[in-house]
Amino acid sequence: MRASIMNFSEVFKLSNQLCKFSPNGKYLASCVQYRLVIRDVNTLQILQLYTCLDQIQHVGWSADSMFILCAMYKRGIVQVWSLEQPDWHCKIDEGSAGLVSSCWSPDGRHILNTTEFHLRITLWSLSAKSVSYIKYPKACQKGMAFTSNGQHMALAERRDCKDYISIFVCNDWRLLRHFETDTQDLTGIDWAPNGCVLAVWDTCLEYKVLLYSLDGRLLSSYSAYEWSLGIKSVAWSPSSQFLTIGSYDEKVRILNHVTWKPIKELVHAATISNTKTMVYREVDKCQSVEPSQLTFPPPRGTPSSLFTVHSKYELVEGPVTLRTIKPDTDRANPELGIGMLAFSPDNRYLATKNDNMPCCVWIWDIQKMRLSVVLEQTSPVRTFHWDPVQPRLAICTGNSKVYLWSPTSCVSVQVPVEGTFNVLSLAWHPLGEDSLLLMSKDHLCICYLETEEDH
Amino acid sequence: MVCPPLYTGRDASACRRPAMGDWRAGNMPESETRIITRYNSEPRMTSPTPLEPSFSIAKMSAESHFCNEDNVEQCITYIDQELITLGFPSLQTISKNGVGRRLHVVSIMNCINELLQRHSRDLRRREDAEMELLKVNSDLEHLHNSHSKLKDQLDLTKRENAALLERERQQQCKNHSLLQLLKSEKEEVQKLQNIITSRSSQHNHNLKKKEREYNKLKERLYQLVMDKRDKKISIDVLNYIGRADGKRMAWRTSRTDAKNEEEMYKVLLGDYEQRQKQLMLENAELKKVLQQMKKEMISVLSPQKPKAKEKLEDSLGPALSDGEDDAADSSKDHVIELSCEAVREQLVNSIRRQWRILKCHVEKLDHQASQVRVASPDRKGLISKEEHEKELELLKQEILSCEETIKNQQHLLQQQVAASDDDTSSLLQDCYLLEDQERLQQEWKLFSEQKKNFEKERRNFTEAAIRLGHERKMFEEDRALWLKHQFLNMTLFTDRRSSEHCQPRSALDPDEESPSSQSKSPQNNLHPFADVTRSAGKSLPATPAARQLLHRHRSPRTNLNGNNL
Repeated sequence: MRASIMNFSEVFKLSNQLCKFSPNGKYLASCVQYRLVIRDVNTLQILQLYTCLDQIQHVGWSADSMFILCAMYKRGIVQVWSLEQPDWHCKIDEGSAGLVSSCWSPDGRHILNTTEFHLRITLWSLSAKSVSYIKYPKACQKGMAFTSNGQHMALAERRDCKDYISIFVCNDWRLLRHFETDTQDLTGIDWAPNGCVLAVWDTCLEYKVLLYSLDGRLLSSYSAYEWSLGIKSVAWSPSSQFLTIGSYDEKVRILNHVTWKPIKELVHAATISNTKTMVYREVDKCQSVEPSQLTFPPPRGTPSSLFTVHSKYELVEGPVTLRTIKPDTDRANPELGIGMLAFSPDNRYLATKNDNMPCCVWIWDIQKMRLSVVLEQTSPVRTFHWDPVQPRLAICTGNSKVYLWSPTSCVSVQVPVEGTFNVLSLAWHPLGEDSLLLMSKDHLCICYLETEEDH
Repeated sequence: MVCPPLYTGRDASACRRPAMGDWRAGNMPESETRIITRYNSEPRMTSPTPLEPSFSIAKMSAESHFCNEDNVEQCITYIDQELITLGFPSLQTISKNGVGRRLHVVSIMNCINELLQRHSRDLRRREDAEMELLKVNSDLEHLHNSHSKLKDQLDLTKRENAALLERERQQQCKNHSLLQLLKSEKEEVQKLQNIITSRSSQHNHNLKKKEREYNKLKERLYQLVMDKRDKKISIDVLNYIGRADGKRMAWRTSRTDAKNEEEMYKVLLGDYEQRQKQLMLENAELKKVLQQMKKEMISVLSPQKPKAKEKLEDSLGPALSDGEDDAADSSKDHVIELSCEAVREQLVNSIRRQWRILKCHVEKLDHQASQVRVASPDRKGLISKEEHEKELELLKQEILSCEETIKNQQHLLQQQVAASDDDTSSLLQDCYLLEDQERLQQEWKLFSEQKKNFEKERRNFTEAAIRLGHERKMFEEDRALWLKHQFLNMTLFTDRRSSEHCQPRSALDPDEESPSSQSKSPQNNLHPFADVTRSAGKSLPATPAARQLLHRHRSPRTNLNGNNL
C-alpha cells in the first residue's frame, strides 16, 4: 500500500450540511444559520459574508461560479448573491404559491423555482425582466434534467393522468419537443452524459425503463420482470455507454447503448465465494490518536498535522458471508435492493449499495464485468462519492472516520478533531484537487490528500 | 430236525442286527425307533400272506411247536406243498417201489440252504430299506422344516407386500390429495392474480379519480395563487446582469424554432458521427485482428495439412477460393477503407474455412492425445493402482525367469567345469568335422573319378575323331586312286570291272560308298562313348545328321563336367 499523507483543515461551523464547492473549484460556500460564508478553497479565508433573511435551506452555485442562490423554502424566498459585486442583490419571492425547490439553469442567468404542490415552475431571469411559468410539472423523484452541455432541459409533466416529457432549449426556453411517455407513474428522468438519450423510468411498482432520443423518438424500452417492486436507482456511465439500473431484486442490470439490451446482471449475493473478489472488512481497533499530537487549530502546511494512515481494513479470506438485514416488507419503501449506483469517472468501476446489506459497498470492475471488491463497514454506509478525476472512492458511514478506496489501496482515516465529528456527507473538489469536503451535523472540515510519490 | 437250523439262522441274524443297529439304537431317539418299527410292520400288514408261515413259526417257537410227533407227516406234506408252490423241488421222493414216499434229504438240505440264503438276503435288503427309510425320513423332516420355513417366509412377504400395497395406496391417496391441493392452489393463485389485477385496476381508477380531483384543486389553487393582486410574487433585482456569453437575448421569431431544431439535430448528428467513428475504429481493429488470425491460421495450417486444405478448397470450389484469397490480399492493404459487403463476406468465409480446418486438426490432435493417454496411463503423473500392481507382477515374473535362466546357465557352467571335458566337446565337434570331411573327400574322389572317366572319354573321342580323319583321308586317297584308276581304265572295261570287285576289299573297314560309309561310321565310332551315355547312343539315328547331333551332345556333357568338378 502506498503511504499517503492526509491533512485535515480546521473545523468550521455549518448548518444543515449546506456547503458546496464552486463549479470552478475556487470557492467554498457554507451556510451557518442565515449567513452565507464564501471562503477561498486554498486558504479557507473568508472572502464574502452574506446575510440572508432567514435560515438558509438550500444553496446553489451558478455554473459560472459568479452567483450563488440561497433558498429559504419556509418563506418562499430565494436570495441571490454576486461574488464579483458584493453589493448586488436579488430577492425572489414566490408569494403565496410557496417554494419547494430552487435551482439554476445551466446558463447561470435563470432560476427555476418549483412552487408548492408542484403547481408550476417559475423561471426567473436575472438578465432581463422576464418571468415564465411552466405548468403541470410532475412531482417525482427526479422530474427535471439538464444535459451536461447545458443546451437542453427535460421536464416530466403530468396532465390528465398521463405522463409527458417536455424538452426545452435552455438558450431561449422554447419548447423543443413534447411527448407522452408510456409509463404508469413516471418517477425519474436522466440525460445520458452525451445529451442525446433520455432515460425515463417508471414507478417502483412497474419495472420499466424507456429510452428517448433528443428528438423525442422512443429508442427502446426495457422491463426485467413484472409484479414485484422494480427500479430503485438508475445511473449512466460517464461514457454514455452503459445504463445501470438498480432494482429491488438486489440486482444491477447493465444496458448497452447499441441495442439497449442488458449485457450483464450484477447479483449482490450475501455469500461471496469467488476467490478473485477481495473482501475488506473494517475491524475496530482500539487505536486512538494521542491528543498530544493534535494541535488545534492545526496550522496548514506544518508537519504536525501529518498523520500516518493506519488501515483498519482486513482482507477476509475464503467464502465470506456479509451481514444482511431482513427488510420489513410490511412497510412502504422497504430497505431492500440497490439504492445507490455510481460510476467512476474513467468508466472502470461501478460502486453500488444494496440497501439490505447497508454496511457494504460493492465495487464492480466494468471491464471484466465482475465483482472486484466488497468493503464491509462496521456501520451502515450513508453515502459514497467518486473522485471526479481518478478512480478513488470516498465513503462515509456517519462515524468519525472517512474511508477511501482506490484500486491499489483501501484505508480508513479518523478525522482528527476535538470533539465528535461524525461525517454525515462528503463531497470531492470538482476538479479533483485531492481535497475532500467532510460535513458533520454542525461542522465542516476539508481533508487534503497528498499521495507520496514512490522515491 | 428241521427247526434248529432255522433258529440258528434267526439267531445269527439277531446277533447281526445289534451290531448293525448299534448306531441306530445309540443315536436315534425313541420316537424314531418306534417309527422304524412301525414302518417295519407296514409291509407285514400290506402283504401278510407270504410271510405268515415264518411268523407263525416264530410265534410257535415262542408258544407251541408247529410240528410234533403226531403231525410229522402232515407237516412234511404241508411244507412240501408250500415249497412246491414257492418253486422248490419236492422234498419227498417216490420210493423205488413206487408206492411209498420218503423224504429226500438232499433236496431238503438244498431247500433249507436256499431258504437260509434267501432269508439272509432279505434281512440285508430289509436293513438297506430301513436305512433308506431313515434317510428318506430325515429328508422328509428336513423338507418339512424347510417347507414350514418357506411358508413363514411366504407369509412374511405376503404381509410385507400387503403393507407396501397399503402404503402405495396411501401415497397415491396423498399424491391425489396433493394434486388436488396443487390444483386448488393454482386456482387460488389465479384467483389472487385476478384479484390483484382487479384491485390494481380499481386502485388505478381511484387514483385517477383522486388525481383528477387533485388537478381540479391544483387548477383552482393556481388561479388563486396567480391572482395578479398578489403583489408578493416579485423579483427584486438591483440591476439586471448581462448574459454569461455577453450576448443579448434574441428576439423570439419563427426562425428561432428552426434554429433550435437545427441545433438539436446538430447535437444528434455529432453524437451519431462520434459513435460511427468509434464503431469504425472498432471495426477496423476487429478486422485487423481477423486478418492477423487468418494469416496465423494459414501459416499454422499450411505446412502441416496442405492436403486437407486443398481438399476442402476443392470441395468449396477452387475458383471461389482463389477469388477470396485475392480479395483478402487486397483487403489487407486497406482494411479500413474496404468495408463493403463482399469483402466482409469473403473474409468471414475464409476465416470460417480456416477455422474449420483448425478445428478438425485440433480434434484429431485431441483424439491422438486421448489415445496416447490410454496407452500411457501415467496421465497427470499418476499410475492407477491396478496397473501399477500388474506392472509389478510382470516385472517379478521377468525377474523370476531371468533368475531361472541364470541358474540354468550356472548349472551348465558348473557341469562343464566339473566334467572339465572341454576337449571332448571340441573332439566331438572335430568328429563331426572329420566325418564331414571324409564324406566330402569321398565325394571328391567320386567326382575326380568321374572327371577322369570323362577325360578318358574325351580322349577316346578325340582319338576316334582323329582316326576318322585319318580314315577319311585314306578314303579320299582311295577314292582318288580309284577314280584315277577308273580314269586310267576308261577304255579298258575289263580292268574297270575287276577293279570294281576289288574295291570293297581294299576298303574293308571304311565304307565303300559315301552314303553308306557315313551312315555306318558313326555307329562304329560312337561305341566307346555310348557306354557312358547309353541312352543317347541308343537313340542315335543312322542318319547323315548324326555328326551334328554328336556335337550337340558333347557340349552339355562338358558343362556337366564343369559343374561337377
